[in-house]
Amino acid sequence: MMTDEIILRVEDIHKRYGENEVLKGVSFDVQRGETKVFIGPSGTGKSTLLRCINQLTVPDSGYIWLNGEEVTHAGPRINQYRQKIGMVFQNFNLFDHLTALGNVEIALLRVKKMNRQEARKKALMELEQVGLSDKVNSYPAELSGGQAQRLSIARALAMDPEVILFDEPTSSLDPELTREVLEVMRRLARNGMTMLIVTHEMGFALSVANEILFMEHGLIVEKGPPSEIPTSQNFTRTRQFLGSFQD
Amino acid sequence: MTMLNFDFELLLPVLYQGALVTFGLILVSAPFGFLNGILIAVGRVYGNRFISTLCHGYVLFFKGCPLLLLLFIIYFGLPSIGITFTAFTSAVIGFILCNGAYNSEYLRGGIQSIPSGQMTAALSLGMSRNQAIRNVILPQALRRSLPGLSNEFIYLIKYSSLAYMITVVEITGAGKTFATKYFAFFEIFILIGLFYLGLVTIAGYVIGRVEKRIAIPGFGRK
Repeated sequence: MMTDEIILRVEDIHKRYGENEVLKGVSFDVQRGETKVFIGPSGTGKSTLLRCINQLTVPDSGYIWLNGEEVTHAGPRINQYRQKIGMVFQNFNLFDHLTALGNVEIALLRVKKMNRQEARKKALMELEQVGLSDKVNSYPAELSGGQAQRLSIARALAMDPEVILFDEPTSSLDPELTREVLEVMRRLARNGMTMLIVTHEMGFALSVANEILFMEHGLIVEKGPPSEIPTSQNFTRTRQFLGSFQD
Repeated sequence: MTMLNFDFELLLPVLYQGALVTFGLILVSAPFGFLNGILIAVGRVYGNRFISTLCHGYVLFFKGCPLLLLLFIIYFGLPSIGITFTAFTSAVIGFILCNGAYNSEYLRGGIQSIPSGQMTAALSLGMSRNQAIRNVILPQALRRSLPGLSNEFIYLIKYSSLAYMITVVEITGAGKTFATKYFAFFEIFILIGLFYLGLVTIAGYVIGRVEKRIAIPGFGRK
């Protein structure tokens, strides 16, 4: 599913909070249809990096390019780019006052300016994609964590994004609910969705990723295809990190 | 009715006229006071430093100024710098300014109680900040502020009687004039008291219905 077409370019991103330099120059390219998984110790800037990509956090320096257009310094046009960059959050961040259907519909109506019928049709389709057809009229508080996260994936998918950022999508779910969310993500990857994922689910990362990027202290220190992790020189630090996982 | 030293037939039209004015004051002031509150609250939370400070100053000023004094300034004071309003308009302006200041405090609390992830998620879908405020933040903040806002509405019903002090003949004023003429303060003021009690009770009932109507399962229970 991966093509040579570079859809997202991240170039030398720096971000500092006071004394603490969270990102110290991060660069990588993303090809259409690719799944990149970011792993590494907590507090090494993985989530900040994702938020810099859609400018929810504005980097101090560096560039983000989406399909060759600069996303950094886009001014008000950033809203157009954000439609193309979906995001899924650890805490779901569902709109609590709207039903499942409303959560998916709202941006279609207000941002894409679809009419009611179009929006409804599209939203119902996305809800079906994530297996929530029977929860259309439920409010977020009435959903399990797994259902809530699948709903937030549907909400992101409805915008027809070029790439989806997953910020620890399963970190607040128990193993059973984690599985149902990962299943949806796995299917997305298979269908050629471009995805950047921050996760601690190593089994999932290894089986789904085209590339694993190990981050530490604000830098990508090791990267490569997951198949190389057990043996390659490139993954010494990653092996050490994963080893400490298994203990 | 022999103990009454006035004719009920004469009193009723007077009170009726007054009640109409009272309704007028409330029905014009409440919606604008509500809108005013939203603008001030949004300005305070989301405005740049200048707007936010301005809105904060507004709230401090109008919360600090006794309403009666405010009405005096608008009706008796402003003409001396060339700005003249009718008594009714002056009262409505005063009520909107004051009501808005208090409403904005409840709304600000409501807005600030909404987790920041709601705004983040809205922006991540491509909404502008304004769209996010209108479609995501305010619908939730309003629900959370409703108990405070309804309190403020009930205050408005009662302090509408202050309009009498700047010559608006609303129900309290109408009753006072009548009572003075027939020396029947007790009966008439009790009657007017019951009128306000009735209004407040009805308002409370309606607000309760609204609250139920817009309630969302599980919302606000975090």
